[in-house]
Amino acid sequence: MEILYLSIALFLFSTLVVGLWRILHGPTSADRMLAAQLFGTTAVACVLLLAQAFEYPPLRDVALIFALLAAVSAIAFVRRAWAAEEKK
Amino acid sequence: MEAITLLQLIFDTLLGFTLLWLAWQALSSPDLFRAIVLFIAFGLLMALTWVRLNAPDIALAEAAIGAGLTGALLLSALARLKAKNSATIMTEQVKNKPLFWLLLTMLSLAVTSGLAFSVLTLQENSPGLSIWVLENIETSGVSNPVTAVLLNYRGYDTLLEMSVLLVALLGIWSLGGVPKRHDSFPGQILNILIPLLVPLLIMVAGYLLWAGAHAPGGAFQAGSLLGAAGILFLLVGWQFGTQFMGLPLRIMITFGLALFIAVGVALMLFGNQFLEYPSSLAGSLIFLIEAAATLSIGITLAALFLGGRPGLRRHK
Amino acid sequence: MTLLIDILTSLLLIAGAVFFLGGTIGLFRFPDVYTRLHALTKADNVGLGLMMAGLSLQADSLATVGKLLLIWLLVLLASASVAHLIAKTARQRGIEPWKQ
Repeated sequence: MEILYLSIALFLFSTLVVGLWRILHGPTSADRMLAAQLFGTTAVACVLLLAQAFEYPPLRDVALIFALLAAVSAIAFVRRAWAAEEKK
Repeated sequence: MEAITLLQLIFDTLLGFTLLWLAWQALSSPDLFRAIVLFIAFGLLMALTWVRLNAPDIALAEAAIGAGLTGALLLSALARLKAKNSATIMTEQVKNKPLFWLLLTMLSLAVTSGLAFSVLTLQENSPGLSIWVLENIETSGVSNPVTAVLLNYRGYDTLLEMSVLLVALLGIWSLGGVPKRHDSFPGQILNILIPLLVPLLIMVAGYLLWAGAHAPGGAFQAGSLLGAAGILFLLVGWQFGTQFMGLPLRIMITFGLALFIAVGVALMLFGNQFLEYPSSLAGSLIFLIEAAATLSIGITLAALFLGGRPGLRRHK
Repeated sequence: MTLLIDILTSLLLIAGAVFFLGGTIGLFRFPDVYTRLHALTKADNVGLGLMMAGLSLQADSLATVGKLLLIWLLVLLASASVAHLIAKTARQRGIEPWKQ
């Protein structure tokens, strides 16, 4: 089973690397921020799989923190940075 | 090679190369906003790296600070730069380009080969000081070796780290007052989300503080979650009363450091060295110090986000 | 019995991974912000949900299942709110939806 967890974690991580492209090329700022959000969720999944593969419960706390703070930078973007972008 | 080891190797290699590539892209991106988003992604991957290096305590801190708080701080700073139209990148300052790149390459190669040499000549499985740490863990008052090192064996370092945080805040405060901000109304979504997230953040912070004694966690991790809660408040535009922003704020910011020093001095008055805990009291003292530190770190991080000294009129 | 649980877990995890892949492909191929947000939230909600279900079957205590459930609910909350916020502000900034 560990092989399955690790393979899926590797697979998810590869999709994350591919998603980097959108950060580099997304035409609008929103696209870049979106991609960062997907990263956060993918990281949650990866860490949970690693927690199960190596039987290490503290890693689930790391995933919890990812999930809690997923919204913070996006909210900062919407409330501050994006508003300023258009005022140029 | 076993399948599991091979998979881990592929994962780690991919992770390492992506980190390097992200760092390069973030540094060389001419668009500041893109650089910030790349940096947020870098923080996320950094936390993943700490997980792979079996350092969950650091992973917890990096997840909170690198992926969440730093992103909000940088985006807010970018907004202020754009408002003043100073977000220009300085390029083409180097006079002699080929020489510059040659020197840079040589320096990078020197550092890299130095690092590679020291890592490759390390003993396999060198335990370092972990033997002594684990031998004395019962007298340290906690069972998590990381907390024992941070709060007991190297408590002095943690005290100095907290003063560094305080000095950073003072540095920001010396720049001026809080900038005027015309925030729009938060809207329904944020009005529902924030009252759900903030109490949850505070609860998980309390959990991490308590868990720090026997599992990965501790004051910095819990404090950074409290800081995130404060930042969410400030982002939505909720103001704290001016009375709170005066003395009570300053008391809370200095409380952690003050308590730490007070405990150390009190121990000296009872005949021990500065910060030498008696074994019977060690656990309780550590928890007390960590609790105060959590509060102070949280408030300090949120105050960093304010961007200036509260209560001071800003002269434009 | 254990074998059955393992098989079920594997199926759920693979299904979740497929949804994540779908989310990433959507991030690439969809023509504008709004449709990409759509793809993103599918990966978040369903993909992560299926993986959580799979991992819960393997969990060794009810507390672990509770933690996994909490994480999933938080991700749901965050991604739904963020998707709405970004879409609303995009509309206000004048980013037009893609029309055929």
